Formats: sequence, structure tokens, C-alpha cells
Amino acid sequence: MHPTSARLLNILVPIKRTIDYAVKIRVNPQNTGVDTNVKHSMNPFDEIAVEEAIRQRERNKDAIKSIKVVSIGPPKASEVIRSALAMGADSGIHVEYPDSAPSPEPLAIAKTLKAIIEREAKEKNAPIDLVILGKQAIDDDAGQTGQMLAGLLGWGQATYASKVELDASGKSANVTTEIDGGSQQLKGQLPMVITTDLRLNEPRYASLPNIMKAKKKPVEKLSPSDLGIDLTPLLETIRISEPAKRQAGAKVETVEELVAKLKEAGFKAA
Amino acid sequence: MSRLLTSATPRHLARTRTLMTTTSFTPTQLSIRHSILSLCRTKFPNSYWREADQTSSDPTSFHAAIASAGFLGIALPESYGGAGLGISEATMMMQSIAESGAGMAGAQAIHANVYATQPLLKFASEEMKSEVLPRIVDGSERVCFGVTEPGAGLDTMSLRTTAVRQMGEDGEEVYRISGQKVWTTCAHVADRIILLARTSPREAVSKPSAALSLFCIPLDRTQEGLTMRRIPKMGGRAVDAAEVFFTDYTAHASCLIGGVEGKGWEIVTHGMNAERCLLAGEALGLGYAALERAASYAKEREVFGRPIGKNQGIAHPLAEAWIRLEAAKLATYHAARMYDESTASEASSAVGQQDVDAPTQKEVGVAANSAKYLAAEVAFAACERAVLTHGGMGYAVEYDVERWFRESLVPRIAPVSREMILNFVGEKVLGLPRSY
Ligand SMILES: Cc1cc2nc3c(=O)[nH]c(=O)nc-3n(C[C@H](O)[C@H](O)[C@H](O)COP(=O)(O)OP(=O)(O)OC[C@H]3O[C@@H](n4cnc5c(N)ncnc54)[C@H](O)[C@@H]3O)c2cc1C
Repeated sequence: MHPTSARLLNILVPIKRTIDYAVKIRVNPQNTGVDTNVKHSMNPFDEIAVEEAIRQRERNKDAIKSIKVVSIGPPKASEVIRSALAMGADSGIHVEYPDSAPSPEPLAIAKTLKAIIEREAKEKNAPIDLVILGKQAIDDDAGQTGQMLAGLLGWGQATYASKVELDASGKSANVTTEIDGGSQQLKGQLPMVITTDLRLNEPRYASLPNIMKAKKKPVEKLSPSDLGIDLTPLLETIRISEPAKRQAGAKVETVEELVAKLKEAGFKAA
Repeated sequence: MSRLLTSATPRHLARTRTLMTTTSFTPTQLSIRHSILSLCRTKFPNSYWREADQTSSDPTSFHAAIASAGFLGIALPESYGGAGLGISEATMMMQSIAESGAGMAGAQAIHANVYATQPLLKFASEEMKSEVLPRIVDGSERVCFGVTEPGAGLDTMSLRTTAVRQMGEDGEEVYRISGQKVWTTCAHVADRIILLARTSPREAVSKPSAALSLFCIPLDRTQEGLTMRRIPKMGGRAVDAAEVFFTDYTAHASCLIGGVEGKGWEIVTHGMNAERCLLAGEALGLGYAALERAASYAKEREVFGRPIGKNQGIAHPLAEAWIRLEAAKLATYHAARMYDESTASEASSAVGQQDVDAPTQKEVGVAANSAKYLAAEVAFAACERAVLTHGGMGYAVEYDVERWFRESLVPRIAPVSREMILNFVGEKVLGLPRSY
């Protein structure tokens, strides 16, 4: 085999700092949002995305040149960037907005990511071939960013991935994705957007030397205006409230009793 | 909270869930905690520790995994393969190991490797450091620590193991060591022992401490003058604790740490406060592990048609244990931070910069001993409560709490007893006369 002259691949992994999955979410007293003065960590689906990028590099050793993570968030989002670097990503970009700013909507995030991808190609000479990101963030559960990004870029997308087979030299990917009641196989050419589902992998723990090395890896800090982006939400949140308390149910002893109760409540046989 | 997530909590999230609040820890400390909990809970679950405890088998693969993830050098400089962090981070690591379910057995399997290397770092020759430290960090060698003797107990000054400097058969100077150590943790699996021994008779020196010296000695099991006996014990049975007998055991003279005799006590006391902090952390980990288990059992177990946790007789002692654990946690990391500050200021005063605000050795000692006391007491209370909360099942091996309960006596006894800590605080803080 001749050494391939093909360009090596660059992977971008967008990650979000979210309220920790174990924290019980509470609405703030002003009913304007949830209490954010609680433990935060990397969105679990994004952890899976970082892990997948690293595993792809381990499998296709020489074919992947860089794994870059990007987080669009307040100052403390830098913590999740460091965690991803400790897992094995090479460098990071932090698009920072102030703590006081409202959290941006998926479309604004997708536009920011698109701007970063264009910038990587034009200014850094490191065109992105693959974006791997979580299928959703566990705070707003919007589940839209990956799809919007693929749409804006005009790239292929494989969402809810449970298995990714990358053909680095053929610049394509075989992706198994989760759909209602089963799974489907997709094959697509790079560049491409993949969103991760739970079954894709189990993220690793960082070794201590990698935790230490992560402190020295480069993290570029940008503001939305550096990218020509306005993160102002298009929607206005008027009020956030707790779901109504569920009424306690009653126990029934027999099927007859159950049917009677249902009829009483107005249910009819179809 | 995502419905999609709660319906199927991924394993990688469940593994780092704990009851401890984590405000005010540094990102590095939290990364260490996250990584250790993930490593331990995925590769060394409770079944591993139950089995090791029941069969008294050394957790060799655990030690190797912690070493290969680079954690044994946490508080050693990068030049020896370490991470160059402090005792605050090492304490967090030890706590997280215990908290993962590994308990004191997990902690003791690596404890000496993390702590006994501190005095080496400060006092040993460059030659000894570059020979020993990288091997401990990469896990190819393990060390144990031999201070306690059957005839001396907490009165270390009267220890009897002797080391006599002589001309060896091949014309090189050697030490001949004779005497007995007891409770030497990991002696059977260790490659070296850090040994405190007498190099002069008590009467021959100005103060009793000047008669003691510290050695780093290879454990050469082919020599007849070395024998060991495993001590059958209550808990932490995976890890051996031994009686170690030396009879004219020969070691090269270069094994003397610091190159001069009579400095043993000074060197040992240097590392003592660090060890108190680590032990406090280990106790905390044990306490949080037991409490978490108790709380989840109390939520699930139904008696008289309702969860037992609905009874305040069950809930309140658990709530109290949590409050006390949180308080002991603050005391522990406060002490560890003081230790690190005082070490940093020693380093900067060595290059001529004085940090007047740095805590004194006495202040560090008071903080570290107090923290160890508090953490040990609440760990014991939490473990006892965890057993009682489980009722009869608390007594069954399968539920783990009996294992942690047995282990929870260790931080109350070692490396310094509760009584000696109270003596210390009585004297050093309250200014009361010494009773002994
Ligand atoms: C599991 C385990 C592991 C250990 N690992 C090691 C190890 O690796 N290396 C090592 O060197 N040692 C080790 N030890 C030993 C440990 O450090 C000692 O057991 C501890 O220091 C207590 O000493 P002792 O057992 O001789 O108690 P003693 O000195 O005999 O004391 C017995 C009791 O008397 C009390 N007492 C004594 N004097 C006074 C006084 N003046 N005032 C009030 N009360 C007093 C003590 O508080 C204690 O309650 C270990 C012990 C255990 C249990």
C-alpha cells in the first residue's frame, strides 16, 4: 500500500454545561426559570460524543488529525471543556457569553457552530469532516441543534446513533441509529453530522496524567460577536411553573370495579 | 430533567452519584473524584471487595489499575512521574476510593504508597528518590510503613528495633537490623519497608527522639533474618497486616533516609499531618458510602405497609449522620489546605521569600488531628446506623454494610487513637498539663 495522500480528518464535538443529571430541578421563586445555583456537569450525551470521537481515533489511528471541542456558554463552561480535554480531546473553543445573558436557543447555537466550522476551514486550514454531538441536552431537552446544524451546512446527518463505523480513507460512515421499535443502518459521505444516543458507548474515566495535561491544552476564547453571531433568543419566556401535582389514585380490587370506575369517568368502548 | 434519561439512567452517570455536596472544591479535585469513582465503580464493584474480604486475598489488580491510571504519584513531582498536586487532592482521591465501596481495604491497599513517599521526597537523597519513587508511582513496587511495635505502642520513643551500622562482609557499610514490628499493613505484598528504628540507646542522646532513624529498606525474603506473620483481623481482610521480625537482617548503609542518624522522628512527624488528612478522607468516604446505602434501603424496604424511612426513628439518625459528615468534610479539607499552604510556604522560604500568613506546624497539627477525630467518629456512627437500618440484612455480607462497619473501627484506632488526639488538643490548644 502506498501512503495515502488523503487529508487527515478533523472532528468537532460541541458540548454543553448543564445542570447535573442527579440534581432535582426546581423552579425559581420568580417563576422566570429554574434554580441554576446547583451542581453542573457535562451534558451526558455530549460525554458520549467526546468518547466516540476518541474511540474513532483509537480505531483509525493515523487517519484522524484533531479532535476539537467547543462549548457555547457562560464562563464556567470552561470546566466542561477541561473535562473533555482530560478525556482525550486535543483543544477547545469557548464561545463565552455573560452569566447574566439568557441561554441561547438551538438555532443560535447551530448558527454559531456553523460559523466556527467555516472559520476552521478558512482561517485555521483545518476543515471539519465530522461533527459528533449529543442528541439533546438534558436541561431544555430541545433535541434540535444537530439537525439544524446539518441543515444550515447542507451536510448529511445520522441522528440517535448507537454505532458508528468510520471509513476514514473512503471518507464515509456507516451509522446505526435508533428509531421507534428498532434500528436503521445509514451510510453517508463525510462531512457529516452525527448525534449520539445512550447505547453508543460508555465514556471513560480520565487518568491523572491526562487531567494534568488537559490544563495545558489550548482553549481559544471567543465572543459571539467575533463570529458575527447574535445569541439573543427569538422567543420570550413568559413564565415557568412546576407541573401540576398529580392527584393520588384509588386502588381497585377487581376488574369489574375497574371497568365500573372507567365508565363512571366517561370512558366508552371504542 | 429529561424523561428519556430518567427512564434509562446510563451506567456512566450512576457511577459518580454520591451524597456529598461538592461546592467549593477545585475543578481539579472534582475531576479526580469523578475519575476515581468511575474507575472504581466500573472495574472494582462491591462484589470484588466482598470476595477479597471473604477470602483474604490482596486486591493486587486494584493497586495495579490505580497505578496505571497514574494516581499513585498524585502528590509527587512530575520529575518522578507524579502529578505534582497536594495533600488536598490526595485526600480527595483516598476519600473517593473508600466511597466507591472499596472502603478501608481499598484505601489501605495504596495508602502507604501515597503517604510514606512524602517524607522520602523531602529528606531522601536524590539517588534514593530517583531509584524508589518512579517505581512506586508506576506500581512496579509497593511499600509498607513500619513504626508500631508490640512493646512500644503509641509511645514511639521507647521502640526497640535496632539498626547497627557495621562493616559488611564485602567491605561495604551495612545496617544490621533486629527487632519486631507489628500491624505493618501490606507487609506481605510490599517490596520495601519504610522503617523507624533505634540507632542509639535512649540514654546516649540528648533527647529521646535523637536516638531514632528512618530507613527505606528492600524486603529481601531470601534472607533468613526476615520473617512475617499475618495478623487475623476484624476488617479490611483483603489487605494483610503483619508482624514483621528482623533478626540480624542486613541492608546496605545507603538505606538510611537523609544520610544522618537521629533524624528519624523529625522525618516521620513531617509526614504525620498528611497521613491524618488522608485517613480523615478515607473515613469520610466510608461514612458517605454506608449512609447512601442506608438511605436507599430505607426508601425501598417496606414494613407495616410503608417504607421504613418514613419512621423518624430511622430517618433522623441518618439525617444527623449526613450533617456530621458534611461538617467533618469541611474540617478535613480545611486541614488539608493548611497542610498544602504550609508546605508551599516552606518551599518559598527556602528560596528566601517568607509567607507570614502561612499556618504553623502546630496549627496544621491541630487541624489535621481534629479532622481525623471528627471524620472517624462520624464514619463509625454512619456505618453502625447503616447496619441497624438494614435490620437483619445489615448483618449479611451481601449488603456490604457489615463490611464497612467492621472497617470503620480502623480510623478510630490508627494511626493515632482518639485518646491521644484528645491528649494533644488538651495540651496544645487548651494549655492543660500533660497526663503522661
Ligand atoms: C488495621 C490497622 C492497620 C495498621 N497499619 C499500621 C502500619 O501500616 N504501620 C504501623 O506502623 N502501624 C500500623 N497500625 C498500628 C496503629 O498505628 C496502632 O495500633 C496505633 O497507633 C495504636 O497503637 P497501639 O495499638 O500500640 O495501642 P496502645 O499504645 O497499646 O494503646 C492502647 C489504648 O490505650 C490508650 N492510651 C495509651 N496511652 C494513653 C494515654 N497516655 N492517655 C490516654 N490513653 C492512652 C490508647 O489510646 C489506646 O486506646 C495499624 C493498626 C491497625 C488496627
